Amino acid sequence: MEITAENKVLKFVEGLITPSNGTSIRKEAIQALNGMDFPTTRVEEWKYTRVGRITNKSFRQAEVKANIDQYKLKNLDAHVVVLVNGYYDESLSSIREDKSLTVASIDDLNQEYYAEIMEETEENVFSLINKGYQTGGVYIKVGENEKTTYPIHLLHLTTGEGVISNAQHFIQLEKGSKTELITTYDSDEAENSFTNIVIEGHIEENANLTIQKLQFEEKNVFHISNEFFVQDPSSQFKINTITTGSLLTRNGLNVIVEGENCHTEMNGVYLGTENQHLDNHTLIEHLYSNCTSSETYKGVMDDKSTGVFNGKVIVRPNAQKIEAYQSNGNILLSKSSTVNSKPELEIYADDVRCSHGSTTGQLDEDAIYYLRTRGISEQKAKKLMVAAFIGEVLDKVNNSDIRKKVDQHFLEHFGWVF
Amino acid sequence: MLTIKNLHATVGEEGLEILKGLNLEVKPGEVHAIMGPNGAGKSTLASVLAGKDGYEVTEGSVVFEGKDLLELETEDRAKEGVFLAFQYPVEIPGVSNINFLKTAINEIREYRKQEPLKAKEFMAKVRESSALVELDPKLASRSVNEGFSGGEKKRNEIFQMAMLQPKLSILDETDSGLDIDALRIVSDGVNKLRNENNAVIIITHYQRLLDHIIPDFVHVLADGKIVKSGPKELALELEEKGYDWLNAEKV
Repeated sequence: MEITAENKVLKFVEGLITPSNGTSIRKEAIQALNGMDFPTTRVEEWKYTRVGRITNKSFRQAEVKANIDQYKLKNLDAHVVVLVNGYYDESLSSIREDKSLTVASIDDLNQEYYAEIMEETEENVFSLINKGYQTGGVYIKVGENEKTTYPIHLLHLTTGEGVISNAQHFIQLEKGSKTELITTYDSDEAENSFTNIVIEGHIEENANLTIQKLQFEEKNVFHISNEFFVQDPSSQFKINTITTGSLLTRNGLNVIVEGENCHTEMNGVYLGTENQHLDNHTLIEHLYSNCTSSETYKGVMDDKSTGVFNGKVIVRPNAQKIEAYQSNGNILLSKSSTVNSKPELEIYADDVRCSHGSTTGQLDEDAIYYLRTRGISEQKAKKLMVAAFIGEVLDKVNNSDIRKKVDQHFLEHFGWVF
Repeated sequence: MLTIKNLHATVGEEGLEILKGLNLEVKPGEVHAIMGPNGAGKSTLASVLAGKDGYEVTEGSVVFEGKDLLELETEDRAKEGVFLAFQYPVEIPGVSNINFLKTAINEIREYRKQEPLKAKEFMAKVRESSALVELDPKLASRSVNEGFSGGEKKRNEIFQMAMLQPKLSILDETDSGLDIDALRIVSDGVNKLRNENNAVIIITHYQRLLDHIIPDFVHVLADGKIVKSGPKELALELEEKGYDWLNAEKV
């Protein structure tokens, strides 16, 4: 039994503002925070990620003006929704004419519908802080049997010191609809700021959602994301998560598959340098039969960086004929870098095909030597091999504009050409 | 072109001496065969010339085209024109043959202060070089050596040699694992690449490759030294009498 003089969570949210006439989602979240504590490394889910660096600080909500030009995706025709420090900035956003789509404030989300859809998802202290103290975000709905003319870009920028960005989004894909969501995260002179994001979604029958997430924040901020998705029968969901940003990143991604004939795909690349800590936690829960899921995450860690991968796949007793594939591969470029990889399969059905694998190693010295004997410098040989290693995952980013942005980012920040 | 004088080299942390005073002189246009029993130091010689980690030269010198080869990094030796065809070519998943060769050629050209090769010229060279060793052009676009058969790997080595056009090629046990057809293809490839300006060192245990690539000189490497040198007929004599004959002769 631990007795604490004061509740750290309450202290953490003390300075944060929330409207007194807020939605029930807000109120319930605030209520749920009562009596909660921040996770320690004794909690299995947080065994490898210490959040003390975040939770010992106090943050402020700050609505400011910013220049976002350099964070836009060049050449990409998209609906652009801009959030600066978690506040929706209408003047910077551009939502185009598109009859398939409605974009509203997150506060306009039907609360009963939301409660019903998200019933099964598991909250944590950070998602609750987000929901209780959110400062903006959008509720996106794609109409039945519609395909959006353009992808939707949720552009997040955190700027200024000690800021907490609590943006909350919800996307609903009605039956038979299709869209692509691009979520980008950047920061500018935002030392010790904290991006605490929640994105939730409901992919209805026969609908198809692709998400491209680019987490490119600077290495002096914190980033925790909670992404929850519910899939109805015959729906498709794919997410590519590219993480190079922040001092401490925790990408929490949970998908509950609530219907037959669904496909779920998660791909991730994480590149760590300096003292970065990059944590990817994923969960796919199969409740019904005849579904497939595929998960490929690859990490390259340099300097003193740490990578964490925890991928859980649960197959419930009535979910037969599930094919679940999971793999995690890591390359350590330095002696001081580390990776904690933990694939977990929990299978309660008997007729399933599941496989998982995890590897962590160094670049093959013999291969580097071989390349060098052909006139390629050691540095370039390593780059070629790293590129080959993560290229397999990058090739799953099937949007050429996004791919270009990723390639450019890697070139600028790592000198890596892919 | 290449002058090796009194070369002593050790391997590993224990510093086990493998090369014990090796001398060799190679001139442009020549083909030298280095033969010898297992453990004589043949592959060590190849590794020392290419600059592999883990080998230490304790005495002697290697001068290549007027430069101290031992002072150069592995990649710079390649840029100066030294090429090693591996006994066991390395598989590199995800790195395509084409991408890798383009990088190599352009790094070499940059070193020699030449313009990068144009895409069209590069592709023409790929076609020409793969035809030389009857390598399926599809293999050229696959990952380096990944899933290649033993023969394909060896042909890929000669394909790379054709692409890089080195001054000095060291073929380390290139005949091992080759069937009679592949042996002929690889040998024909090497013969076509020979000219008065380049040279080849063939390291081999057996004489059979030398039926196809006729050497100007044959050297016998035993216990870290060249113990006998002679014309191409020496290879036949070795094949007939075995390496023990030399030991007997020495005594």
